Amino acid sequence: MELGLSYEEAVKQLEEIVQLLEKGDIPLEKSLELFQKGVELSAYCARKLDETEKKIVKLIDADGECIEEPWSLEEEQ
Amino acid sequence: MQEVITVTQLTRYIKRLFAYDSILSDVCVIGEISNFKLHSSGHMYFTLKDESSVIRCVMFRSQNQYLKFKPKDGLKVIVRGYVSIYEAGGSYQLYPEYMEPAGLGNLYLAFEQLKHKLEKEGLFKSEAKKKIPYLPGSIAVVTSPTGAVIRDIINVLFRRFPNAVLKLFPVQVQGDDAARQISCALDFINRHKAADVIILARGGGSLEELWPFNEEIVARSIYRSEIPVISAVGHETDFSISDFVADLRAPTPSAAAELVIPEKEVLVKYILDLRLRLKKAITNRIRCERLKLEQLMKSPAMRHPLDRINQRKMDLEIIRKNIAEAMKRRIEKEKGTLSVLCGKLDVLSPLTVLARGYSITMKDGNIIKSVRQVHNGDKLDIILSDGKIRCIAEGE
Repeated sequence: MELGLSYEEAVKQLEEIVQLLEKGDIPLEKSLELFQKGVELSAYCARKLDETEKKIVKLIDADGECIEEPWSLEEEQ
Repeated sequence: MQEVITVTQLTRYIKRLFAYDSILSDVCVIGEISNFKLHSSGHMYFTLKDESSVIRCVMFRSQNQYLKFKPKDGLKVIVRGYVSIYEAGGSYQLYPEYMEPAGLGNLYLAFEQLKHKLEKEGLFKSEAKKKIPYLPGSIAVVTSPTGAVIRDIINVLFRRFPNAVLKLFPVQVQGDDAARQISCALDFINRHKAADVIILARGGGSLEELWPFNEEIVARSIYRSEIPVISAVGHETDFSISDFVADLRAPTPSAAAELVIPEKEVLVKYILDLRLRLKKAITNRIRCERLKLEQLMKSPAMRHPLDRINQRKMDLEIIRKNIAEAMKRRIEKEKGTLSVLCGKLDVLSPLTVLARGYSITMKDGNIIKSVRQVHNGDKLDIILSDGKIRCIAEGE
């Protein structure tokens, strides 16, 4: 469970691992290690993509406070 | 009788009249452009017209290269220049040295001036532009809450990424208060760090309608913004100052929604593809290693590990046999030699001689070989093959 990695960074690491494994120059134990790490990273990336929940809000300045109010296209129009 | 002059002389006279006329040598004229042609030489040929008259114009490249706008048919302009004669064509023409759009002149000027000023200050520098985050957690949109712009942005955004987060800060996008509202919105979003990226959007319109996005106060808020700003103002061909200052320009609001976030489906597929490649790669690797191992197990060294030892054992046996045989032969040979020697010894043996009847005569333990060694009365031992006789010597 890597924390602090952005999606972009995680994908980049995953790409590097895949390239290394496909090249095949590495000793077997290291390959297995990398495979493990790769699986973790791909799960992390998939999770990251689902991290946010669909939301449309209106930002309101309430005496210096920032308030988020649910907003929809239909309401306004 | 009147003086007769040539056509050229007449033409020259008229030309001089024009040149000396204070109005015709420096006049400002307002009219509508038509039949506009930009010649390959760089010179501009067009006519200026109003309801009842036209005048042909030529604006040379040396002057028109400084124009800050593109003249085109139908555009109302104010030109300043001189009127002269085109001798070869027998016509008079207006030669503009300056031209500006009529009515909008002030706005264009203000635009150019502000653009120049801010560019000099470095607000448009590409080094100052921030990178747009690849996968923004939330997207702020500063635009009108009604109309096609926000609708288009929402449609494109959520089609690309169904679980995106959009935060709208509604503002006026034209009119006197618009610039202030836009500037405040940008500052507000930055103050509360409300989003990872900001889209500033407005649909198409005239220069006046788009004007708030050319105001200095908006430009400065965009420049100040620590959150990256995407500017999507007007149509593809409209360029506003906010477009220049922003970290990224989108030709339309829908394009902004495309630039701000990648397509989720594409990303998901890519991750799956990577995972597949990962699995394939490791499976192949393991298979490779297993094959290698199997090959090794098949080798003679692994299947018959004692072969070498047995081979050596056999070699040793052969050597041992050879040694034994060699020994035997040697012993036989020595036996033979011994036998021969024994035979010889036998022949030479005194016992054999004695057996033939000879005897050994001894006196006091010495062997007598000559009669001179013996005297009368000597005690002698005569050794025969089967024993000894004691004698006394009697004389010869």
